[in-house]
Amino acid sequence: MHELPMAKAINEGLRTAMVANNKVMVMGEDIAQLGGVFRVTEGLQEQFGPNRIVDTPLAESGIVGTAIGLAMRGYRPVCEIQFDGFVYPAFDQIVTQLAKQTARHEGTQSFPVVIRIPYGGHIGAVEHHQESPEAYFAHTAGLRVISPATPNDAYWMIQEAIASDDPVIYLEPKSRYWHKGPVDDATPAQPMNRAVIAREGSDVTLVGHGAMVSMLHQVAEIAQSEGVSVEIVDLRSLSPLDYPTIEASVAKTQHLVVAQEAPSNASVGSEIAATMTEKAFYVMEAPVLRVSGFNTPFPPARLEGQYLPDVDRILDAIDRSLAY
Amino acid sequence: MPYTDSTLRLLGQDGILVKDDRVEKYHQAIEHLDEKDFREFFRVMTVVRRFDVEAGNLQRQGHMALWVPSIGQEAAQVGSAFASRPQDHIFPAYREHSVAYIRGLDLLDIIRMLRGVTNGGWDPKKTNNFHLYTLVLATQTLHATGYAMGIGYDGACSTGDLDKDEAVMVYFGDGASSEGDTNEALIFAQSYQTPQVFFLQNNHWAISVPVRVQSRTPLFERAAGFGLPSVQIDGNDVLMSYAATRLSMDAARSGQGPHFIEALTYRIGAHTTSDDPTKYRDDDELKFWQAHDPIDRFRSFLEGRGTESAFFENVAEEAEDYAADIRKRTLEIQDPPLEQIFRDVFTEDHTVMTQEWEWLKEYTQSFEEGA
Repeated sequence: MHELPMAKAINEGLRTAMVANNKVMVMGEDIAQLGGVFRVTEGLQEQFGPNRIVDTPLAESGIVGTAIGLAMRGYRPVCEIQFDGFVYPAFDQIVTQLAKQTARHEGTQSFPVVIRIPYGGHIGAVEHHQESPEAYFAHTAGLRVISPATPNDAYWMIQEAIASDDPVIYLEPKSRYWHKGPVDDATPAQPMNRAVIAREGSDVTLVGHGAMVSMLHQVAEIAQSEGVSVEIVDLRSLSPLDYPTIEASVAKTQHLVVAQEAPSNASVGSEIAATMTEKAFYVMEAPVLRVSGFNTPFPPARLEGQYLPDVDRILDAIDRSLAY
Repeated sequence: MPYTDSTLRLLGQDGILVKDDRVEKYHQAIEHLDEKDFREFFRVMTVVRRFDVEAGNLQRQGHMALWVPSIGQEAAQVGSAFASRPQDHIFPAYREHSVAYIRGLDLLDIIRMLRGVTNGGWDPKKTNNFHLYTLVLATQTLHATGYAMGIGYDGACSTGDLDKDEAVMVYFGDGASSEGDTNEALIFAQSYQTPQVFFLQNNHWAISVPVRVQSRTPLFERAAGFGLPSVQIDGNDVLMSYAATRLSMDAARSGQGPHFIEALTYRIGAHTTSDDPTKYRDDDELKFWQAHDPIDRFRSFLEGRGTESAFFENVAEEAEDYAADIRKRTLEIQDPPLEQIFRDVFTEDHTVMTQEWEWLKEYTQSFEEGA
């Protein structure tokens, strides 16, 4: 057990996976000498060489498309996309090719490709560097979509993603890269397709993923001081969504608020709201409420504090849910 | 003009071998071919063309959603496919029926895909490394390049043993040459010096858009900008297609990096059975290319060498039998089971999808119980 920032925990997870299996390789822009713009791959090329830590030309479709070919050859490529807003040139290869190749091959060939995408706001960056594109991928059958909220999950889930024979979109909450947390490298975390109860409570269930989870903890502390007991579900997996865990929590609290940085329209939060309405209509005392980014482009960074859900907006949603 | 001053050929339109310094090394590349090989080239071109006609008829009779004809492009495909070696990996687009045949695919598998019973149709490991057809243009160029990168990382090329060193060939067309993926594949290929040949069949039409809209530069000249050696060949000359591919693939497998071939040919038929080329194509152009038919040219060559007429009659008979067999087996194709909607989408359980399949089974059964 030791304390690591999330970026370093991912680095350690990659290193462990690469030692365990020499078919694991990492490819992306600026990942070799530089160690990636967030230094997630720092030091890996020195250890594993240029054939396993591969600096690519600046072409995202090229990165994912060649990773598909490498997977056919028996490799397990981990692609780094530099920022959330730069994944779209690779969107066609991800959606029409990677996601559908296993079915197209009728199971005779698997495609163990991981695509790491730093995502989300709260870093004050320029356009295309703060987005939350998870709904596009969760909407696409054939992809697993996961996002860790803690360094420990980051360490274990990247290894599980690499070990999976399915394509995995691994969303890294970049505002959490530099926050330290305990990493237990002896005891595996919960499986990556499971949600976890990050805090137990009895009055209202708050659901979130990635960087949102740490904000939900702040919300829970404040609510506690006001006499409201909050249970937090850390989704971890966005495809598949772990409904049994959400259902069990809602059965206890009868109130559900979903928080996400992404815009609400056709979002993961919307899917949870719709499904929980189907599954738990008579259990709930209030409609499922969503707290999301607005349905606008991500604004200039000086306005991100007003655009992204904050503690007060989530507390307000809790009040509305409990008062319903 | 459809051909340019740069177009290389070994076989003239009259079926007589062209001898000049420009093509000397290509003549050497076919020196090991004998009468048996030549007959095989002719046989495959003829059988697959007959198959192609039959498949088009089957589509017109409602047995397929779509057919993609390759009539007119047989020489480019047959020459290049025979020039590949058994250990090579072939990444087709979706019109490479002759290549498929040569690599050992049961062509009924293509029909199964276009009939709508599968989105794939075969296992490349069982079809001599002939990979699946790809319907999104140019995506396969990157898969091929990634595969070739893996060959390099595995040290499975550049040992000097031509019978073991592996290489990759990827087929694409003049339309796909405009796609970003093709350009990215060329960039990655030169960056990592992949053992790979880009085989461009320029059939002059991307559905209704002529090649001049794709490029004002002859397409083979583009390769130079990426740092790849390239050549433009007469794609209706099966011997030139063989020779250029043999030299390029053997150079690529021997550590000389990726190569590029532009084969000038012509899509005699429609883009697909959903297309109507009379709306956009000039009759004179079609007549020009019909007069440059690749099979007729090669037949003239064989006849000039004294091949007896019985051979041609036998091949024609075999082609008829092949077509009849395809027709018979097409009519026997069963619809896939309901489970195929969910099968192989994931390799491990995906709970949301699994629940949908459980629900569909129950829903379906509820009708059976009610009946």
